[in-house]
Amino acid sequence: MTEKLEVVGHSERRVDGSSLVTGKPVFVADLPERSGTLYLALKTSPHAHARIRSIDTSRAEALDGVALVLTHENTPDKRYTTAGQGYPEPSPHDARMFDSKVRFVGDRVAVVAADTIETARAALELIEVDYEPLEPVLSIDAALAEDAPLVHDEPCPDAWRPEENIAAYSEAAAGDADAGLAASHTTVDVTVETHYGQHAPIEPHVVSSYLDEHDRLVLVSSTQVPFHARRIIAHLLEVPVHRIRVIKPRIGGGFGVKQEVLIEDLLALTTLRTGRPATMIYSREQEFHASRTRHPMRIRVRLGAGADGVLQAIDMDVLSNTGAYGTHSLTVLSNVGSKTLPLYNLAPDVRFVGRAVYTNLPVGGAYRGYGATQGQYAMEVAIDQLAEALQMDPLELRSINHIRTGGTSPIFRELGEGREGVEQTISSCELPACIEIGADRIGWATKRGRRHRDGSWVHGIGMSVHMQGSGIPLIDMASASIKLNDDGSINLTVGATDLGTGSDTVLGQIAAEVLGLPLSKVIVTSSDTDLTPFDVGAYASSTTYVSGRAVQRAAEDVRGQLTAAAAEMLQADPVELELGGERVTAPDGNSVTLEKIALRALYGTNQHQIAATASAVPESSPPPFIASFAEVAVDTDTGRIRVVDYVVAADCGTAVNPKLAEGQIEGAVANGIGYALSEDLAIDAQGRARGIDFGRYKIPATLDLPQIETILVDSYDPTGPMGAKSIAEIGINAPLPTIANAVHDATGIWLTESPFTAERVWRALRALDGQPT
Amino acid sequence: MRVTFTLNGRETHADVAPGATLMELLRGQGTVSVKDGCARGDCGSCAVLLDGRAVTACLLFAGQVEGRRLTTAEGLADEVGLHPLQQALLEAGGVQCGFCTPGILMAAKELLDREPAPTHQQIRVGLAGNLCRCTGYTKIVEGVHDAAAMLASTRPHAGAEGSDDD
Repeated sequence: MTEKLEVVGHSERRVDGSSLVTGKPVFVADLPERSGTLYLALKTSPHAHARIRSIDTSRAEALDGVALVLTHENTPDKRYTTAGQGYPEPSPHDARMFDSKVRFVGDRVAVVAADTIETARAALELIEVDYEPLEPVLSIDAALAEDAPLVHDEPCPDAWRPEENIAAYSEAAAGDADAGLAASHTTVDVTVETHYGQHAPIEPHVVSSYLDEHDRLVLVSSTQVPFHARRIIAHLLEVPVHRIRVIKPRIGGGFGVKQEVLIEDLLALTTLRTGRPATMIYSREQEFHASRTRHPMRIRVRLGAGADGVLQAIDMDVLSNTGAYGTHSLTVLSNVGSKTLPLYNLAPDVRFVGRAVYTNLPVGGAYRGYGATQGQYAMEVAIDQLAEALQMDPLELRSINHIRTGGTSPIFRELGEGREGVEQTISSCELPACIEIGADRIGWATKRGRRHRDGSWVHGIGMSVHMQGSGIPLIDMASASIKLNDDGSINLTVGATDLGTGSDTVLGQIAAEVLGLPLSKVIVTSSDTDLTPFDVGAYASSTTYVSGRAVQRAAEDVRGQLTAAAAEMLQADPVELELGGERVTAPDGNSVTLEKIALRALYGTNQHQIAATASAVPESSPPPFIASFAEVAVDTDTGRIRVVDYVVAADCGTAVNPKLAEGQIEGAVANGIGYALSEDLAIDAQGRARGIDFGRYKIPATLDLPQIETILVDSYDPTGPMGAKSIAEIGINAPLPTIANAVHDATGIWLTESPFTAERVWRALRALDGQPT
Repeated sequence: MRVTFTLNGRETHADVAPGATLMELLRGQGTVSVKDGCARGDCGSCAVLLDGRAVTACLLFAGQVEGRRLTTAEGLADEVGLHPLQQALLEAGGVQCGFCTPGILMAAKELLDREPAPTHQQIRVGLAGNLCRCTGYTKIVEGVHDAAAMLASTRPHAGAEGSDDD
């Protein structure tokens, strides 16, 4: 890269920073309460699988202060999906607002809207439900068993085979995997099982609603997808899109769980029926058991390689548990392959087959990593097993096989977001540098294979490499508008949704860079369906790459208008003019400030609003890459794992804001370490989640983690805005395989079932010693 | 019942139900930096300083603050600008979604008042009761460390009491 950058590439302070650290009322629940607000409380199913014979809400409705009770008897029975994806949604339309059948513990039964939350909760207790319990389907195997009870016995036209409990199916192939495996010098065959994880944003789901002065419905929502939420609510409740406004203020984390239109419908219907403002906040318990989760999976990977280590064949077979509804079932499933297989593109013989099954268990959804987390766990443990079988250094095996700049993979074309993908050539890959730098920093050469002991603790080193994407090619769309103000500042309005990632700041930096402004002169407004142009929202690692490109284009358009005006003012040729430092300068040294240009355009000669709107649809999805390294200590007495050191070297192209980029990696790795070691919904024999509070669903605190270190390597992607790719998701894929491989280095056991609890490790250590477990 | 206490330096009166928590009291009268993340003392998002000690407001009854001194994130900045902890946390990249940040600031304030030059490990112990899902804590720890240095350089007679890196 040759451009000299003034704002991009610098760790500018976040544009929302001051309001956040001073505790201003910027989150949904902090906004002033409107008079007459109704509070909503949710009644959920205690049964994993049951039919509602009857439901009596009369006593609840009679309670003083209760305004409305919603059940399946008085709500639309239209089928829809809560998955906040593009149109038409690729997830099966297998849900109703409320149904006469409940399909998991935590499924909706009724909602009460009342003057106070205490009254609403009291009214819930007065609702009498007569359930007819049905045999529940409580595992992947149970779902696929002959004569299994059907989770969806009603017509579900766009699910794959609901009559076999299969919500979604995905396959892709290149070459002949069976022949490739048979012809290989060395093969490995690994099956991993992953568990239920939950996003656990510290701010739970929260939505407020009201009618504005034109009686239009306004939803103020902690959502990652305001435009999808508007479209889905309009469709479900048969309200025209133009009668709905969705506003996203600051949101307290999402990680994918707020890519779901989970409770907006309840608020919308309450306000439409009563005319009153309403609000609903999920309790922490509901956030765990009545929300969305990471799809648990069983993944079998078979690898075949030559004696030289070059991969010949990869066969990946995936069973995904989507729970009671198929939200994101197809797209997460296809991402298991599409975000995993291209990384090792030398293998000519590749096969991917995946099925997502319905069970009467918590519902899967979008969760940072989006299938890549599960797929790369299987693949990266298999690669380490192959290295061991070949007696090669795992670093070397990966270095021989991983994709490089200019490389491609048939999987890009074969496997897209639930449909065919898009052919692409890797436009940047600094993975070799990532591997080298990370290995050096962790001390690979001196620590690997040493099994350093400290009392009952034994140390090991492990690593894994990863890719993700940057948006969804030829599907995602983002747009941005910029207008120039009197003082040379600009308003930047974007549909893009900052869920705490700092995207308002990153997008503001891109506009500032193009227009030669300091970030302080960029006023960023985002995520309001009335005020900002369209954007699909915050998911699929798309915002910097896709929305950033839209911002860059809009800014370039405005730059053209600025230089055209300046050319008139300076009597100069526009192509010779330079924009920078809040002014336009001619070759002779004469210049005009942006303020002067703005004043002239608004009040003087050739009056007009200098402004532009631009859109971006990505033609490719250049993967970011990381090499992840950890040192772990394993207590051989108890099986406890401690992560002693964690280093990630990352290629995200240009880091628009390096500190924010590092923070994305560190946060994702921390979340991944939690998922690997301690976080578990822990479903019991009745299908109930037991990990329903922060005491039992243990997310990492300060003392559970080392000082995670991120190294951003020099990289530039020619297709990205100023060279940028994505960074937000990829880090979460690393800890499962990195830690599993490190534990193998320390102890010799292979951890193929998550989470890596002390008990599981202890049993594996005993089994390795030939002792009873 | 009526409760009288000092909130961010200002005498405050509030009428509350006997069973109301301090979190309900504070949020109810507009001190919304006090966040409700779990309502059972697990997450630390509602941490406030009670006579200088960080406590979770969701686990205290409102009546327990009678006559006492409360500080929240709203009370950290002064007319000159942000408190060094607020500045340093932002500069270090220790703020992502910002929902846990007010509670983190309170725990960090208590720590630095007690231990002006903490090690990374002391910072981690000091913040052990505050959950953050976004940052992985690395930059929060660095931010608190930087804030300690900023405070030391502005404090009279700070001497050379640097802090240890670890």
